[in-house]
Amino acid sequence: MLDTVLDPEIPAVSVIELGIVREVQRDPPAVLITPTYSGCPATHAIEASVRAALDAAGFGTVPVRTTLSPAWTTDWITESGRKKLRAYGIAPPPEGEAVRGLRNAGAAECPQCGSSETSEVSRFGSTPCKAQWRCLACLEPFDRFKCH
Amino acid sequence: MASPLTVTHAPATSSEAALYDYLLRLGDDSLILGQRLCEWTGHAPALELELGLANLGLDLIGQATFFLNLAGEIEGAGRDGDALAFHRDVLDFRNCLMVEQPNGDFAQTIARQFLFSTWQLALLDGLTQSTNRRIAEIAAKAAKEVRYHAELASEWVIRLGDGTEESRRRMRDGLDWHWRFVDELFDADDIEMPLVEAGIAVDRAALRPSFDARVAEVMEAADLPPPAYPRGVKGGRFGHHSEHLGHLIATMQFLPRTYPGATW
Repeated sequence: MLDTVLDPEIPAVSVIELGIVREVQRDPPAVLITPTYSGCPATHAIEASVRAALDAAGFGTVPVRTTLSPAWTTDWITESGRKKLRAYGIAPPPEGEAVRGLRNAGAAECPQCGSSETSEVSRFGSTPCKAQWRCLACLEPFDRFKCH
Repeated sequence: MASPLTVTHAPATSSEAALYDYLLRLGDDSLILGQRLCEWTGHAPALELELGLANLGLDLIGQATFFLNLAGEIEGAGRDGDALAFHRDVLDFRNCLMVEQPNGDFAQTIARQFLFSTWQLALLDGLTQSTNRRIAEIAAKAAKEVRYHAELASEWVIRLGDGTEESRRRMRDGLDWHWRFVDELFDADDIEMPLVEAGIAVDRAALRPSFDARVAEVMEAADLPPPAYPRGVKGGRFGHHSEHLGHLIATMQFLPRTYPGATW
């Protein structure tokens, strides 16, 4: 049911697919969510959306708790989440790169034409989690979800 | 909930009081530096730096929120991170003097970022082993982000140092402004030593050798002379701040102080 709660900035993927919903506990019932970046401005909106979805489905007494540990990583983005990001025009982060840090994650694949002849325009994009890239083959710009 | 403008009681035990103070030091460092970086909005030398400096500021304010919210919980007087950030006056801030320095030109900002983030990364890496689970969690998240801050800043020190005559001069001047504020980062005092013994805090003095090695490495790559440390200027950890902090706080706190209790 929480797979209908979409990320407010990237409405193509749900908070489940992004790994933001960490755990659904049964006894006692609780939903555990985790923030992505420390300063992500969407954190409160996401928490409010999860709360609203639970209330609408009749789970008004189930608390939503934020947990910081283990720290969120892009490795938690599901396979279906990655496909949806690509379809939406955002190059997904490479898997297994998160532990090596933010640098030299390798060339992104253009979500429009699939070419790896791409270059980074700016490490920073429209949100803290994305960088700006461009494709040298089809010449289209695109966002890339950064490794974290 | 108690009014954010009055404090009704202090933490119950002296170890809680020390923990509260420690969390203020951690949170205030990030908060004040975040505020300084956000002052670049609209003025950065290039569009990418507009985004970059603001992103770094955002990361820092996010960390500050975690640390100050925790400080408020420990204090137990009903204040949360917002109340601590927006309703304390200068004497109650516990940030180091380095972060309240004016931005100056881009090179001066980068000098501050390089020295601070290099130190902060080592501190946060150490805090991931804190026996206080909440601090360890915050540190684990923050360290991932600060790793990038330190890389970005060192790259710019190298590019500016090993650049034109003008960029080199500005980079040297920017660093010369900040050397005097480095010693304070590594001060371990009576408030922190019991926390270090309990495994909660990191021994700051122990971080100095690797800091010095890293700074030397980057200065060499930037073709800049090695650091010239004058006598350290200190006092921030006890609320004895430079004249710069008052102005920064006046801007930062203007809105919530003018409209107390206002909500969006």
